Amino acid sequence: MAFSTETKTTLHCFHCGAECVNTKIIVVDKNFCCEGCKMVFEILNQTGMCGYYDLNQSPGSSQKFNVRTDKFSFLEDTAIEQSIISFKDENQTHVTFYLPQIHCSSCLWLLENLHKIEPGVVLSHVNFERKEAAIVYNHKQCSLRKVAELLTRIGYEPYISYSDMGKKRPRVNSSKIYRLGVAGFCFANIMLLSFPEYLGIDQKEENLLIFFRYVNVLLSLPVFFYSAGEFYNSAWQGIKQKFLNIDAPIVLAIWVTFIRSLFEIFSGTGSGYLDSMSGIVFFMLAGRILQDRTQKQLSFERDYTSYFPVAVTKVNGVESTTLALPDIQLGDTLRIHDQELIPADGILTRGNALIDYSFVTGESLPVVKEMGEIIYAGGKQLGGNIELLVIKEVAQGYLTSLWNKDAFKEDPSKDRSFVHNISYWFTWGVLLTSFAAGIYWYFTNVIVMWNAVTAVLIVACPCALLLSNTFTNGSILRIFSNNKFYLRNATVIEKLATANTLVFDKTGTLTTRAYQDVVYQGLPITSSIKMKIGALAAQSSHPLSNAIANWSGTVVGNPVIAFEQIPGSGIEGMVDDDLITLGSSLFVTGKEDKMTTSGSVVHVAVEGVYMGFFRLQNQYRKSIPSMLQRLTNKFTLLVISGDNDTERSYLRQLLGPNTDLYFNQQPADKLTIIEALQKKGSKTIMLGDGLNDAGALKQSHVGIAITDDTNNFTPASDAILDASKLPQLEQFIQLAKANKVIVMTAFVISIVYNIIGLSFAVQGLLSPMIAAILMPISSISILLISFGFTHLTAKWLSL
Amino acid sequence: MSVIILLLIASISVASLFLAAFIWSVKSGQYDDEMSPPMRMLLDDTTTPNKQ
Repeated sequence: MAFSTETKTTLHCFHCGAECVNTKIIVVDKNFCCEGCKMVFEILNQTGMCGYYDLNQSPGSSQKFNVRTDKFSFLEDTAIEQSIISFKDENQTHVTFYLPQIHCSSCLWLLENLHKIEPGVVLSHVNFERKEAAIVYNHKQCSLRKVAELLTRIGYEPYISYSDMGKKRPRVNSSKIYRLGVAGFCFANIMLLSFPEYLGIDQKEENLLIFFRYVNVLLSLPVFFYSAGEFYNSAWQGIKQKFLNIDAPIVLAIWVTFIRSLFEIFSGTGSGYLDSMSGIVFFMLAGRILQDRTQKQLSFERDYTSYFPVAVTKVNGVESTTLALPDIQLGDTLRIHDQELIPADGILTRGNALIDYSFVTGESLPVVKEMGEIIYAGGKQLGGNIELLVIKEVAQGYLTSLWNKDAFKEDPSKDRSFVHNISYWFTWGVLLTSFAAGIYWYFTNVIVMWNAVTAVLIVACPCALLLSNTFTNGSILRIFSNNKFYLRNATVIEKLATANTLVFDKTGTLTTRAYQDVVYQGLPITSSIKMKIGALAAQSSHPLSNAIANWSGTVVGNPVIAFEQIPGSGIEGMVDDDLITLGSSLFVTGKEDKMTTSGSVVHVAVEGVYMGFFRLQNQYRKSIPSMLQRLTNKFTLLVISGDNDTERSYLRQLLGPNTDLYFNQQPADKLTIIEALQKKGSKTIMLGDGLNDAGALKQSHVGIAITDDTNNFTPASDAILDASKLPQLEQFIQLAKANKVIVMTAFVISIVYNIIGLSFAVQGLLSPMIAAILMPISSISILLISFGFTHLTAKWLSL
Repeated sequence: MSVIILLLIASISVASLFLAAFIWSVKSGQYDDEMSPPMRMLLDDTTTPNKQ
C-alpha cells in the first residue's frame, strides 16, 4: 500500500466529529473515524433514525474502544437484575441507567426513540441534568441485558457500578421549596391587606380595617407554624448540641413579633408586624434555597463502590459463572478480562498480568506481575485475560480498608461558620439592650415598657446577617460553578478562605494522565517507517504505546501480522513486511542501557537494526508552571506523588528550595503527610485526581478532586474542579476570601439601619408604619449589596 | 363595602389555586430536570409509546 498522497483537508467523523485518521472507513459518502462509529451509523440508518444527525453536527461519542461482547452477561443473573431494576410487573420492567455520554438534543431524541430500534422497549425518558434514562421494556420480548447492549451498540454504554446495587437514590428534598411557596403566598396577601394600614383609611371604614387584620392573622398562621419550621428545626438542633447558632435569635425574633402582633390585633391597639414577619421568613428561606442549590449530576460522596464493577466472572474448573461483587468469597478464582478492574486482592494464577495502577497509586506506568504474586484490588488489567485466587474479601482489600478508616469523622464544630460567632455576641448585645430599655421604662413609664422591649427584639433580629450570608454564598457558588468549580456545599467557601497550605498530587493533577511529550532520538526515520511504528504501537493498550501511536500521527490501517506482546518488555510485529520491535532496551537490543533505564523510554528497532529511542514525558497542564510560581509566594506548597522522581529537578527549579517534594508515596503515606501538616496547625487544601489521593482528600481541610471530564469517576471530596480551570485556583481562593468581607459589609450596613430603628424604639417612638417600612428596605438593600459586591469582585478577579 | 369582602375572598381563592399549582408542579418533579423539556418540545414525535 502506498500513502504518498496525503489528503490536505482533514476529514471529520460523521458520527463523533473526531479527525479521521483512516480515510477508508466510508459508508455512502460519509467518513468515519473507526469501525465503531460506522457501526452505530449503520444501526441508525437501518432503523431510519438518522434524524439523530440532523439535529446536531457529529453528535455521537467516539466508539474507538470496543466493549467486550459478553460484558453485560452478568445482567442475566436474577439477583443482580433485581438490584438494578426499580419495578417489575407481569409484562413490564422499569430500569434507570446512568449514561454519562448524554450531552445534546440528539442524545435526547435518540434515547427517547429507542422503541423504534428495539420493539421490546415500551418507553424511555431522559433526565438530562442527571444524565439518566428511565427505560420501560417488555421483558417478554426483551431483557435487561439486551437493553444494556442496545444502548452500548448505539454509543451509550450504561455505567453500572457496585454502589448502584440495592440502593435507591434519595429524592431531592423539596420541603424548603414548599415552605417558600407558602411563605410567598401569605407574604404577598398580607402585604396587600396591610395597605390600608400603611396609607390610612376613612374613619367610616374602621370595621373593614379590623376585618383585614383578622384575615392577616389567619394568613400568618401557615408562615408561623409551617414555613418558619425550617428555622425551628435548625435552632433546636443547635441547642441540643449546646450551641447557639444564628437560627436561635431569629426564632426568638419571629416569636416575639408574632406574639406582639397577636396581642396588638386582639386588643385592638394596632395592626402588628405580620407583614414584616412573613416577609423576612420568605427572604431567609429564599436565601437558604439559593445557597443549597447544588449540582444534581455531580456526586461528592463516591467511594470505591462506585468505581468497582457490579459483577465478575468466576471460574470453576472449566465452567465460568457470573458473580455479584458482594458474593465473592475467599478462595474463589476470578477471571479478569482486558481493561477490567481487579475487584479484590488476590494471587495471580494464570495469564500475563500487566496492571495499570495509575488511578490507584499514581504510578504512571503499568506494572508486570508474575504468577504467584499478589495483585491489589483497584488496578486495571491491560492485555489478555488473567485468573486470580481471591485472598481477601472485597470490603477488606488494601484499598478499601484505607477508605473505610474511621479517622475521617470530623468534629462538626469545625465546620461552623463565622456568622454563628457574630450572631452569638450580637444576640447577647440585643438581649442586654432590650433588658436595659425595659428597666429604664419600668421606672419612667410602665405602659411603654413592653412596647420598647419587643420593638428592640424585633428590629435587632440578626436576620440581616443570615440574609447576606446565604445570598453571598449562593452567588459565589453560582460563579464558581459557571467556572466549572463545583463545591459540595457553602461551608467549603469559608474553609477555602482560611487555608494556608496547598498540596498537589502530580500525575493527573499537575500533569495530564496521558503521555503527550514524545521526543525521538536516534537514526533518522522515514515517514513510512514512522507510520509502521505507529501501526504497531496502536495494537497495544499500554500508555506508552498509545503515546507513540498518537505521535506517529497516522494509523492507516497497515495490517500487523505476527503481533506479539511481552508484558513489561515490549511488542513486536510485522508491518508491511518490516519486522518492528518496540520496548525496553533489554527487549530490543538485548542489553541493559544504563543511560535510559530510568523514566519512560521506548527503544525501537526495524528489521533487527537498532534505530533509537523515544523519550516520553507527562505533559504539565497548560499554564500550571506559571500558576505554581505565583502561588509559592502566598502559600506553603507541597507536591506528593505516587510516581517516581524523574520530575524532581524540574519541580525543584519551578517551586524553589523551600517546597517539600515527596515521591514514591503510597496512598496511606499521603494521608500521613496531611495529618502531620494538620498537627502543625496548617490548614491544607489537597488537590488530587485518583483513588490514591482519596484518603488525603478526605483528611485535608478542603479536598478538591481534579477531573478532565466531570462525568468521570472522582473520589469523594469537598469540591470538584475541571482540570482546565486549575490555573484559576488563586482567583477562586481570593473570591472565597472576599465572602467574609462582603457579608460583614452588608451586616454593618444593616446595623446602621438597626441603630436608627433602635434609637426610635428605645424612646418608644417607633411607629408600626416606620418599622414596617424599615424591615423590607433593609432586607432588600442587603440582597442588592450581597449580589452586587460578589459579582463586582468576581469580575475584578476575571472569573 | 361588602363587595370588597367578596373581592377579597375571590382574590385569595385564585391565589390559593396558584399556590396549589405551584406545589403540584414541584411535587410532580417538573423542576427535577430543567434541561430536557425545552429540547424535547423542539423535537418531532418523541415519546410516542409503542403500541402493545
